[in-house]
Amino acid sequence: MAIVIDERSRIVVQGLTGREGSFHAQRNRAYGTNVVGGVTPGKGGQAVEGIPVFDTVRSAAEATGADVSLIFVPPRAATDAIYEAVDAGLGTIVAITEGIPAHDMLRVFNYLQCRAVTLIGPNCPGVISPGKANVGIMPSQIFMPGPVGIVSRSGTLTYQIANELTHRGIGQSTAVGIGGDPIVGSTYVDILARFEADPETRLVVMVGEIGGDEEETAARYVAEHMTKPVVGYVAGFTAPPGKQMGHAGAIISGSSGTARAKKTAMEAAGMRVGIDPTEVAELVAQVLAGR
Amino acid sequence: MDLYEYQGKELLKSVGIEIPEGRVATSPARAAAAAADLGGGVVVKAQVLTGGRGKAGGIKLAEEPEAAREAARRILGMSIGGLGVHRVLVEKVSPFECELYAALVFDRGAKKVLAMLSGMGGMDVEDVAREHPDAIARVYVDPLAGWSTYHGCRLAFEAGLQAELLRPVCDLFARLFEAFTRYEALLVEVNPLAVVGGRLVALDCKFTVDNNALFRHPHIAHMMDIHLADPQEVMARERGVTYVKIGGDIGILGNGAGLVMSTLDVVAEAGGAPANFLDVGGGAKEEEIVTALEVLTSDPEVRTILFNIFGGITRCDEVARGILTSIGRMGITMPIVVRLEGTNEAEGRAIIADAIAAGATNLFVEQTMRGAAGRAVALARGVV
Repeated sequence: MAIVIDERSRIVVQGLTGREGSFHAQRNRAYGTNVVGGVTPGKGGQAVEGIPVFDTVRSAAEATGADVSLIFVPPRAATDAIYEAVDAGLGTIVAITEGIPAHDMLRVFNYLQCRAVTLIGPNCPGVISPGKANVGIMPSQIFMPGPVGIVSRSGTLTYQIANELTHRGIGQSTAVGIGGDPIVGSTYVDILARFEADPETRLVVMVGEIGGDEEETAARYVAEHMTKPVVGYVAGFTAPPGKQMGHAGAIISGSSGTARAKKTAMEAAGMRVGIDPTEVAELVAQVLAGR
Repeated sequence: MDLYEYQGKELLKSVGIEIPEGRVATSPARAAAAAADLGGGVVVKAQVLTGGRGKAGGIKLAEEPEAAREAARRILGMSIGGLGVHRVLVEKVSPFECELYAALVFDRGAKKVLAMLSGMGGMDVEDVAREHPDAIARVYVDPLAGWSTYHGCRLAFEAGLQAELLRPVCDLFARLFEAFTRYEALLVEVNPLAVVGGRLVALDCKFTVDNNALFRHPHIAHMMDIHLADPQEVMARERGVTYVKIGGDIGILGNGAGLVMSTLDVVAEAGGAPANFLDVGGGAKEEEIVTALEVLTSDPEVRTILFNIFGGITRCDEVARGILTSIGRMGITMPIVVRLEGTNEAEGRAIIADAIAAGATNLFVEQTMRGAAGRAVALARGVV
């Protein structure tokens, strides 16, 4: 099963002819992912290492049967790429681009509300369903197939935790990087609901960080709707208020958005919360072993 | 990015919102000249990016230029909330009938723009929200539909304002929304918003813009140049490094915002004091590592350096070479703890091991985050 993407997903890469796009599209294809085409306006008819390039998403989808778009377009054109993929009828869009203006994303988010589209990101590492497909920039060698779902705002923290799990022989069903921006297409709740419905996933790791209140909302969802165990982690206990910590979303304003508030909310929801990535992996091992 | 009051007011003025006549001054003499120029009574206000200016003595009334000079002499060089005051805004005093509160907020939870209006202006809005929650009218605006006149009407009626203010409030909010969207703000707050003879005048202003949108607003990006007081942060910005100073003695460098935040926490948990947040980003090459170390070591408080790299796009051997190049070029003698995992980790660790074998006694390799943090804390304390 897995969620969001699997071995049947057919991927078209917007921005395939760029440096990042071509590098990661080839890595994704080498993993076994069906990378069926790319889109760069004006470069239709060309190919990147055998992957055909189209001028528009519509023509790419018609020619290849693509149902997923992977976006590597620079920030000032990225929301245009998202709208094009939505209007071409692609059901799943993964936007890697970092640095998209917040107002642009606010409009995109509201545009998607009455449409049956899953947007992952932006400012995210993508999605990997180990052994099936890798859509994005995650290093596939540290993952292995198994029963743990991961949902995270941070790329490298996802790698760190996946690596700790894999070292313990614990594999993953799907790892979803939802992105570090204030407005992202899919929230923790959206992804938790899909893990809950996925028969392959037995346990979910939710990786949070400072800023906003998405983790608190997700913790309430866990308490009310999840039957599967969820192990939590939050980064940013030492972050000073008012300072942006790398991710545009990671800024504490006023009294809300602190790591402590998020950890407290997770624990109140009955989640076990690790103090660092190593303890997260230890907790996962304990829960899976029935301890 | 937060703007100073006078900068935010310039943006309000550009959309036709009335602000008091005023001048920015950087010395007591210029404040006196500004007061003489404006004529009559003035208010001298510290320009600083923190709340509580008034209580800290950063706002003073002056009846004539000599008093403005004295007020500026006292305010310039003050420290408010840990921030030095380098500028004052000298403004003509506006006599007003009453004070309102008006704001637009980029609401990341609701995914809408939140508009707020209250008749209880001039005080801390958080206090008002706590003690008189009904006194603040709220309306959510769909960013696709934009501002409608009815939004302003609803705010005015639900805030309980008198009917004469309906038209000015509607006009003000339409302009405020124009400023909010044109300059891609995350927050625009006017408190107090004074009622002066039936007109609305913005007496103060908090304006926060989206850093990601600054490429479309070069004049606002330019305003930012005078914001950075900390020398490491200025250097980091010039060199394109994501750096935040925290103030401890263990310099921290890693790849990815989440992993670096986590590293700070693990160091603090081990009893250490992180000096900074520094994210070299994905795919950093040798030269970028050198640049990052230059920024990090320019902080004189740093006594130990901790590298925490989880290589995805970043290659551990590139990082290892960057560390050795930096040591050679900059002559770093303080301890450097290195934890490398992920892409090309074996090559990276071999490079560091060879350097240690060749006599680089200030390099230490650790396998895990916890081990690396513990070692860095011990080295900073001089225990090892």
